Amino acid sequence: MATTLPTPKVNHIGLPILDYRGGKTTLCAGCGHNAISERIVEAMFEMGVEPERVMKMSGIGCSSKSPAYFMIRSHSFNGVHGRMPAIASGAILANHTMTTIGVSGDGDTASIGMGQFVHLLRRNLPMIYIIENNGVYGLTKGQFSATADIGSKLKTGVINELPPIDTCALAIQLGATFVGRSFSGDKKQLLAMLKAAIAHKGTVLLDVISPCVTFNDHEGSTKSYKFMQENDEPINELGFVASFEDIEVDYDSGEVYEVEMHDGSNMKLRKLLEDYDPTDKANAVRTLMESAAKDEILTGVFYIDTEKPTFIDMLNVVDQPLGSLPEALTKPPKSALDGLMASLA
Amino acid sequence: MATADLALGHEQGQRGDGRRVTNDFSINVATVNGSGSQSANSVLLKSIFGMGVPVSGKNLFPSNIAGQPTWFIIRASKDGYVARKRESEILVALNPDTVAADILELPAGGVVIHEQSLHLGEARGDLFYYPVPFDKITASICSEAKLRKLVKNMVYVGVVAQLLRIDLGVVESGLRRQFAKKQKVFDLNFGAAKAGFDYAAENLVKQDPYFIEHLDETRGKIVVDGNAAAGMGAVFAGVTVVAWYPITPSTSVIEATADLLKKFRLTPEGKATFAVIQAEDELAAIGMVLGAGWAGARSMTATSGPGMSLMAEFTGLGYYAEIPGVIVNVQRTGPSTGMPTRTQQSDLLSAAFLSHGDTKHPVLLPGSVKECFELTYAAFDLAERLQTPVFVLSDLDLGMNNWMSEPFDYPTKPLDRGKILFAEDLERLGGFARYRDVDGDAIGWRTLPGTRHPKASYFTRGSGHNDKAFYTEKPGEYVEVMERLARKVESARKLAPAPVVVKNGTSKIGFIAYGSTDFALRESLDQIRKEHGLEVDYLRVRAFPFAESVHDFVAAHERVYVVEQNRDAQMASLLKLDLAAEQTVKLRSILYYGGLPIDARTISEEFAVKEGL
Repeated sequence: MATTLPTPKVNHIGLPILDYRGGKTTLCAGCGHNAISERIVEAMFEMGVEPERVMKMSGIGCSSKSPAYFMIRSHSFNGVHGRMPAIASGAILANHTMTTIGVSGDGDTASIGMGQFVHLLRRNLPMIYIIENNGVYGLTKGQFSATADIGSKLKTGVINELPPIDTCALAIQLGATFVGRSFSGDKKQLLAMLKAAIAHKGTVLLDVISPCVTFNDHEGSTKSYKFMQENDEPINELGFVASFEDIEVDYDSGEVYEVEMHDGSNMKLRKLLEDYDPTDKANAVRTLMESAAKDEILTGVFYIDTEKPTFIDMLNVVDQPLGSLPEALTKPPKSALDGLMASLA
Repeated sequence: MATADLALGHEQGQRGDGRRVTNDFSINVATVNGSGSQSANSVLLKSIFGMGVPVSGKNLFPSNIAGQPTWFIIRASKDGYVARKRESEILVALNPDTVAADILELPAGGVVIHEQSLHLGEARGDLFYYPVPFDKITASICSEAKLRKLVKNMVYVGVVAQLLRIDLGVVESGLRRQFAKKQKVFDLNFGAAKAGFDYAAENLVKQDPYFIEHLDETRGKIVVDGNAAAGMGAVFAGVTVVAWYPITPSTSVIEATADLLKKFRLTPEGKATFAVIQAEDELAAIGMVLGAGWAGARSMTATSGPGMSLMAEFTGLGYYAEIPGVIVNVQRTGPSTGMPTRTQQSDLLSAAFLSHGDTKHPVLLPGSVKECFELTYAAFDLAERLQTPVFVLSDLDLGMNNWMSEPFDYPTKPLDRGKILFAEDLERLGGFARYRDVDGDAIGWRTLPGTRHPKASYFTRGSGHNDKAFYTEKPGEYVEVMERLARKVESARKLAPAPVVVKNGTSKIGFIAYGSTDFALRESLDQIRKEHGLEVDYLRVRAFPFAESVHDFVAAHERVYVVEQNRDAQMASLLKLDLAAEQTVKLRSILYYGGLPIDARTISEEFAVKEGL
């Protein structure tokens, strides 16, 4: 009997998931970052994003290597340590028609890159910024980063005594318009969050706890798989329905917060924390601060604003990418220079 | 001027030899920073220009918002010399704090125009004094107290115009230009100038020998500062993304660029074909420039020394990942904060080699405001052709001062967007290797993000990579890329603006200079000819890496004087790295780096000492 090869499943733009894969990872087996790369592949595939229309940006560190491990058909820029926001900003200014995803780490963002990170948030440039957060520097063999919790212990026995920077609280305060935290081990939540992030217009900050199996997955670490499994407190359960999907999800009214996304998609946040309103900035920051005091790691979508103009809107630029405007639109005519010269004579 | 390195030219008791001095002297307007004297100075300068007399202006200002002394030197020169001259013959003393020192620096026979209430008559017997009741005149024409400080400056313009015999009509048309669309402001200012003019006519008896007379040496010329010219260069080169951080003295490059973009680069629907972004620091500014350049934009930043130091790491990335971008550095006095409002040419070496690792960057060296326009324009073509960051090194003297110039020529050649592959090219070729030298010029082909072809993407990185842009730690693959980058310098040599051989005769002595030093050197070469009977040759370098003709020029001379405005002979050092060993011994340096623009006399004197003349 002749066998027929099964037709590979394709997404709504007709591409198989293979077209979203990246190169083979060189990170450690079990590294949380690899799981995040897989979710990015699934999210981009399921959302039907054209791989050629994606820019992958990163800085330096284990996390920043990962753009090589997903979406090989997308343009990628692995820049310098802590400076991905500037490169991404420039690239977005040159071509705001792209979907831009930046991958950074806790060191790359919260230490060396803090200056650029906070200004990126203020501008609300349209991009997804993922922090693959493991609390340590991997490539230099396990020093604490600025997101390590007080009391967290290194393998060597060193205990962190400095307070952690909560990048989500910062992002909410400074102007990001979609802020969430997830865990690399929570496939369902992370995938839904990434899909919603793709649908959003503005700066998305996703802080994804991503355990470092080599330097920070032991007893006493607050960024280990075990610690996350025991202390992960989702504040809402995400349901995401893309604009091209025809699915009805029924929830009891009152327990769900519905968000109409920029591209027509719909995000449903089932409240797990009583009366949590993800559009209330002050409450979001207070909730994060209170949970930190209780050693809980809150996850979920903390804050969303679908109305705030992006930096691209404010610049009032033409619809076409600035980077590929024809000379006729960018080089003023001779009469312009003649006029200037006359005014200077 | 109270600057220590200026010659004290006076001889007590003499008021000159009585000869009339026409169209050949300098006026020093000594004021207080923040008093609004800038537009008055500009009107006086343009009035002399309007008389057809070649003129230049230098604003010697402090790093301060208000209250500190500032001097504006206007030089009229029938011979067309526009460099700084050491001494000014005429002092407009509006700053009581510096007047004593300023008077000491006048040559015998000099002129002091001063507020009447300052009793200066006894200070020196060899000067001409013109006391003027500025405050009284100002009060009589301006009822609003808060405007008087500004209007007072225009009164001095009128007084000087009358004393030098500048037509009031010329002043009027200068003012009309200055305040083109503001009739009320014009009326007030012209009223002030006229009041000063009339006061001088009625009350001052001309005793000094200095006159401005009509010439025809400025017809068809323009007056502009180098920063505005650089901004024009960028806009006419089609710049699309500008990222910057404010720093003196480069800020006005961006201000000019932004103004022109708003003027010329909005679509009929009012949409912008550009983005100007004030970054959080210079690290971000250059990062944005590279991100934008990578994604296909013509991108630029402007900065000065401290900002350029911050750009070092990113510039190395731009070099190694081969990304175009234009960096205009308006040099100021270093190191560190240095003297932020003083000029120097001391960022040459750091620009040429900015970053860790083995790097070399094209550096363009404009020597006039016209070249600020032309070379900034050229920098965009060069950056995209060579796929690398390109520096334009201007300086504070060139950038912030007003210069007379021939009008700029419209660049008619199409923009050179460099080697870019589009989807149809990839379809035809079946793919590409980003960093492969397929044309023998050491420049690969690139694609832009968003190109709709499965083979379009590549992975840009500052880490070790091979010709396919894949990560590598293999010595052979790494070296192959680095050697190609070294060969790219040879392409840059041919593509960068060629030097200007100002004179190449039969002299054994050659001069090499660059940038704003040109103005003083041209005057100095005339002094050397007149005073020593020596005809010497002169080549002005306009770019690094050096063209072959620079090598030829050195080879053709026995001794080559390199004149520049820094302590460490940076151009001479750069030349020594490039020249054959036997040629390097020919180089000797004439250096000035005190922060004021170099003057001709300094060069001539140093040359005479070195030559034993």
